[in-house]
Amino acid sequence: MAVLIDLVLLSMLALTALRIIFLKDLFAVVMLFGIYSFLSALIFINLDAVDVAFTEAAVGAGISTVLMLSTLALTGRKEKESKHSSILPFLVVTVTGAALIYGTIDMPPFGDANNPIHQHVAPRYIEQSPVEVGLPNMVTSVLASYRGFDTLGETVVVFAAMIGVLTLLSVRRKEDDEAPDSGLKSHRVLHVVAKIIIPFVILFALYVQFHGDYGPGGGFQAGVIAAAAIILYALVFGLPMALRVISPKFLQILAPLGVLLYASVGIYSMFMGGNFLDYNKLAHDPVHGQHYGIIIIELGVGITVFAVMLSIFYAFASQAERRNVS
Amino acid sequence: MSFILDYYNYWVVVFLMMTGFYIVISANNLVKKIAGLNIFQTSVFMLYISMGKVTGGTAPIVVEGVELYSNPLPHVLILTAIVVGVATTSVGLALIIRIKRAYGTVEENEFKNSDDAI
Repeated sequence: MAVLIDLVLLSMLALTALRIIFLKDLFAVVMLFGIYSFLSALIFINLDAVDVAFTEAAVGAGISTVLMLSTLALTGRKEKESKHSSILPFLVVTVTGAALIYGTIDMPPFGDANNPIHQHVAPRYIEQSPVEVGLPNMVTSVLASYRGFDTLGETVVVFAAMIGVLTLLSVRRKEDDEAPDSGLKSHRVLHVVAKIIIPFVILFALYVQFHGDYGPGGGFQAGVIAAAAIILYALVFGLPMALRVISPKFLQILAPLGVLLYASVGIYSMFMGGNFLDYNKLAHDPVHGQHYGIIIIELGVGITVFAVMLSIFYAFASQAERRNVS
Repeated sequence: MSFILDYYNYWVVVFLMMTGFYIVISANNLVKKIAGLNIFQTSVFMLYISMGKVTGGTAPIVVEGVELYSNPLPHVLILTAIVVGVATTSVGLALIIRIKRAYGTVEENEFKNSDDAI
């Protein structure tokens, strides 16, 4: 049954991607891309990657759709006809694709437990992590503990992306605050529903943040979900209101704070006589140390991801609003 | 039939990858190119997660009485890659907004000076 679901979902995914090629209406492209992300999330669940599905649903269908739409508000929603012939690209793609398909024949069969990928570090993670780290969710153990250094790097990349976006697009300045109110003023139903939903979304984000050790979830997902709650608020009640609730300045403090919180756990464990990010030294009992370390660094990741996603949204949305005003 | 089932995931991955690649090289609009890049990226995610799946296994969260788990390592790599992916996509979109402001267009064949074409 799982195989059948896999086949159907993958085929739907391929069809969605194929449709995107021929669409000239970019608004429809973005909407299809949201569907594409949701389909991928379903496939990830079917392939046992629950944490990944969680992230894809929040990021792909939520944040990136909003960002692409606000870009379209500035660049226009129609793609113009190209004068280039599409034969050469098609040829290049067909040849490359055929070579890759030929390459897949050498791949080990899908789902076989004896595949090389399952032979090296994976058995150690699966058998030892519940004992060494003491958490049921192996993905969190590997993410935050075994590969903690890697995750620190990823968090820094996310932070760097925020610096890049803010360098390119500045968030609206104080004097622009006189701009007419945006948001969906006349949609009373949306106002009422959003007011009810938003607190629960934030509560859910906190649950995902602190329950990530025991079930699917963690700092990355929680940060994105919390940012999505504020983005929903901004979309319904207008950007100026959202800027008043959480100011961009505050976010610019939060984002580096998360990274520093993460790195300081590493420095602290060095002072306690271990290696960088060696949580075993954080408490007398190594397993307790692992718990403390993982909770703190997941919090750091959550804070940084939340601040980065929200300030990127602010940067894009204030560009779009400025254009609407002028 | 089992031959198809053994490789179907990988073939779809290749198809998606080539679809994304085709959009990147043939699309005229820069925003659509970014959508193509995202499709390309998702196909790589799909490849990793497909490789991590073990038939009959379950999600890598310890449950009593379950012996067979899927491989958690690709999940970790892809989870972080998705968040980094949206962050880098947003840098790309920000660049497009600046291009629109500087050149007045985001269509590849409309840049006046051919040296300006990207």
